[in-house]
Amino acid sequence: MKTFLKSLVAVLMVALPVAAQAGTVTVKGSDTMVILGQRWAEEFMKKNAATKVQVTGGGSGTGMAALQNGTTDIAMSSRDIKPAEKDKLRAQYKADAVEIPVAKDGVTFYVSEGNPVTSLTVEQLRDIYLGDITNWKDVGGPDAPIVVYSRENSSGTYVFVKEHVLKGEDYVASAQTLPGTAAVVNAVAKEKYGIGYGGAAYAKGIKELKVKQGNEEIAASAENIKSGKYPLSRNLFFYLRNKPAGEVKAFIDFALSPEGQAIVNKVGYFPVK
Amino acid sequence: MDRQAVMQQGLAETIPVPRLSPEARRRQLREKAIAGFITLMAFTGIAALVLILVFVAKEALALFTEAEARHEASLSKMFLPQVVRQNRPPAFVWQPVSGVPKVSMIPLFIGTLKTTAVSMLVAVPVGVFGALYAAEFAPRRLRELLKPVIELLAGIPSVVLGFFALMVMATFLQDTLGLNTRLNAVVAGLGLALAIVPVIFTVAEDSLTAVPRSYREASLALGATPWETAWKVVLPAAAPGILAACVLGFGRAIGETMIILMASGNAAIVSANLGDSVRSLSATIAAEMGEVVVGSTHYSLLFFIGVQLFLFTFVLNMLASTWTKRVVKKLTGSAS
Repeated sequence: MKTFLKSLVAVLMVALPVAAQAGTVTVKGSDTMVILGQRWAEEFMKKNAATKVQVTGGGSGTGMAALQNGTTDIAMSSRDIKPAEKDKLRAQYKADAVEIPVAKDGVTFYVSEGNPVTSLTVEQLRDIYLGDITNWKDVGGPDAPIVVYSRENSSGTYVFVKEHVLKGEDYVASAQTLPGTAAVVNAVAKEKYGIGYGGAAYAKGIKELKVKQGNEEIAASAENIKSGKYPLSRNLFFYLRNKPAGEVKAFIDFALSPEGQAIVNKVGYFPVK
Repeated sequence: MDRQAVMQQGLAETIPVPRLSPEARRRQLREKAIAGFITLMAFTGIAALVLILVFVAKEALALFTEAEARHEASLSKMFLPQVVRQNRPPAFVWQPVSGVPKVSMIPLFIGTLKTTAVSMLVAVPVGVFGALYAAEFAPRRLRELLKPVIELLAGIPSVVLGFFALMVMATFLQDTLGLNTRLNAVVAGLGLALAIVPVIFTVAEDSLTAVPRSYREASLALGATPWETAWKVVLPAAAPGILAACVLGFGRAIGETMIILMASGNAAIVSANLGDSVRSLSATIAAEMGEVVVGSTHYSLLFFIGVQLFLFTFVLNMLASTWTKRVVKKLTGSAS
């Protein structure tokens, strides 16, 4: 009985909200930002051994929900906060959510390496994802049906593409939704006539499509994204309930420091400063 | 002495209550405490079930009580075709995250139906015939190897099965069947079958071995071959158990989430083609619950899907149990 009670106590201690513990900063949200967040956390903890930074993914929406529930200190998001989320946070915590851009990213469209198509216009991408173009031959490729891959609707990238490429319209019903950019990359690598999208940092083992504007083909390169020339670039954010203080502030300061921004480069995103 | 006197004497005398030793009394008390504890545990389980049902139903109820939700996701929008793009024929579309949410449940029903059908088509014959082989034909040694191995398969986490379906089976099936999409109802259904076969096998095998030996002996003595004995005597005698096995497998197939989430592609399409990607009810809940704003229409919708899943399995189990009872009655009735 005594051991039972002891184990019960142990379970309860683990189950208690981690955010409440002193010396711990929890960061949760966008899957696109998980790797970046973890690198930051590793380097930060090397310098501040007393502080523990826990980074988990789940999607931008998940991070926002956690911020609202109070189970995370920082929500990572690859999209702007939605008005509904903003209102809920204000109603619950009597303060406006604090938005801090911490890095820049380009949404890249991928095809399989064997696909001869190298660039598409934003309009062509839009037509493919709305289901108006269903064959590669309509965009200068082989005569084969296009297999469209998308992200789950909890993803910030999903919302970004919906707003910036689809102009708010719905994805075609046959678009397959996969959990995580890595899953999309993996699927496109294996699907000869597939197309998918995700953060630029993930693009390994597949071909990144350039975006055609007029006669120019713009790659999702560092300078194009930094200068804003690449049409499909976005900010990556940290969201907080209140003005940062204490350990949370120290962590954010580190992320925005030259050292932190160097990590951004290393992971494959682009610095904000 | 007459009887009355004896009775009166018996009434007058008080029968001495056996005095318990402190040791015995303590034991009695402990017995009672343990009985109470076990009863409490049993009722905790039932209470948890009821509370879950109440909670899920309560969250779904907002769909019917709140004006905004009723407008956004009325029953007709859930179950009848809607015009989703201008100048297009009405269609069933599931796009809950949108300027104008489209909340048709039909593609999700079709998705669940397709994966379940594929998995049952594969798992029932494999499971039942496997069990028949193990129970009737396999040599003892092989049988002792076969049973634990298949039961071990039941212990594989579904996420591992899903991963296997996604990475290995999908490419193989696309190459051999020449399917348009890599992830589809066939891949998900076969992955699901891997999870269901052990369930069906185990329960069916148990019910087959439970058939009395005398049945087999009588059949063989009358000149039936081993196959005739297995097919016409043992299998019918074990029918209720086999039916229960199939129902258990079916319930698992409807509710299973991870394998389908990983291997089906999750595109909510209305089509009869098994080579198309599908989105099931359970995978929809799993994929979208993480993002949803608590208390929104979308949130209630996901709970509503949960209620539907619950009702499915509930009704199915009820039908199955009455059917099993009828089969048992028929079998025992014709035997006597």
